[in-house]
Amino acid sequence: MLKKRLIACLLLKDGQLVESIGFSRFLVVGNAIMAVKHFNAWGVDEIIFLDINREKNYDFERNDVYYDNTLKEFAEVIRYVSKSSFVPITAGGGIRSLDDIRKYLSAGADKVSINSAAIENLQIITEGAKRFGKQCLVVSVDAKKMPDGTHHVMKNFGKEDTGMNVVEWAKKAEEAGAGEIFLTSVDMDGSLQGYDIPLIKSVVEAVNIPVIASGGVGDWNHLVEGIELGGVAAVSVGNKFHFTEHSTMHAKKYMKEHGIDTR
Amino acid sequence: MFNFRGKAYLTLMTFCIKIIFRKQINYHVFFMIAIINYKMGNLQSVGNLLEYLGEEYVITDKKEEIAGADKIILPGVGAFTEAMKNLRELDLLDILKEEVLEKKKPFLGICLGMQILAEKGYEGGECDGLGFLKGEVRHFDLKDKKLPIPHVGWNTVKPKEGSILYGNDVRERVFYFVHSYHLICKDEEDVSGYADYGGNFVASVEKGNIFATQFHPEKSQDDGIEVFKNFLAYKSA
Repeated sequence: MLKKRLIACLLLKDGQLVESIGFSRFLVVGNAIMAVKHFNAWGVDEIIFLDINREKNYDFERNDVYYDNTLKEFAEVIRYVSKSSFVPITAGGGIRSLDDIRKYLSAGADKVSINSAAIENLQIITEGAKRFGKQCLVVSVDAKKMPDGTHHVMKNFGKEDTGMNVVEWAKKAEEAGAGEIFLTSVDMDGSLQGYDIPLIKSVVEAVNIPVIASGGVGDWNHLVEGIELGGVAAVSVGNKFHFTEHSTMHAKKYMKEHGIDTR
Repeated sequence: MFNFRGKAYLTLMTFCIKIIFRKQINYHVFFMIAIINYKMGNLQSVGNLLEYLGEEYVITDKKEEIAGADKIILPGVGAFTEAMKNLRELDLLDILKEEVLEKKKPFLGICLGMQILAEKGYEGGECDGLGFLKGEVRHFDLKDKKLPIPHVGWNTVKPKEGSILYGNDVRERVFYFVHSYHLICKDEEDVSGYADYGGNFVASVEKGNIFATQFHPEKSQDDGIEVFKNFLAYKSA
């Protein structure tokens, strides 16, 4: 049977790996390329690379890090890390056109994650699915809880409320040709309090494509909750992974011990 | 003085000729594996793995280079019809048939590269495949409607006994899959491994010098690297 996936989500800001708290505060945690090498050695199932650079001024020129620091563009980073990664890589952040998709795919990414561009024009998903196949299109959804208990889709780095209901949007994205949905809770991001289970559950029940839960893991038990209570196909961890040695191994061991079929 | 200059020019020229000459030799002798570029999907990741294993390769759509290589890899992500159209436009159908079926060069198809070996596919309309294998490619028709399609993620493969790709080891392995269509083989002997997603489906095939996998060995870490090593070690009879 299909295994549940454990995904490492790496955020890149100004060329540095960062931890994100509530989509607004960022803490530099280190070097993306070393992180990819470690995650590979520790048996992670997939890596999601998100470029959250808002100004698009790349500065990889740090001389205290041990890698090629002449990289100037996110696609180059992808090209570089894909050489030492033999698990699937998803690239995302700032994808606006089919040319952007092609650029990342040819740089060595296996999938691309699209957020704002899909909200503005769903055509990019339909066209992208036709040209590159729907398996490589991940629609990333940032959800925020509203006072009435429903969740709205946020855009522009979780700042702007689009007024769309998350479940409706997920269905629309699936129809347009999305292959997976990467669902992040803006409220739980960086909280270490666990996934937003009701949110995840409502989306998983509405669509027939794999859903990846993201945002809020502070304890390996949250992974088990996400899969058992939320019903997702994959769980993604960001911050928590950066501060633990052999993190993915521990996470998988814990998941296995709690009856979840992982690799 | 003149003499010295003349000598210097001569050395320089010989050096240049040597470089060009050696390049030409390199071109035909030293690369071993041709990865066929037919504009379908992520070719570089296969190249990255070969590089990691220390193999020489070339990503190409040129007939001479395919003919010059001693192993051929056909990767691919995308739609069946589009893939066949691209191969036809690049005029690679005949050379593939000649190298694989007649010259019996070791051949590895990955994902879509396995599916188009079939006689017929139905993705993006009915379409004829390469026909190296008897069978056709159909969309998943699952009884359990709750199972998501595409089939994405890591799944267990049960190899058959005597399979070369798995090194004649029937230990269960885990590989990375991503597909919505699957191959249905007419000849049971061609199948070398099954995986289970709402019922068994063909995960890999072997027929003489033709090997193919539905999963992506280049994305399956250690188990995938082993499959590649076994393929690279294979020499056709």
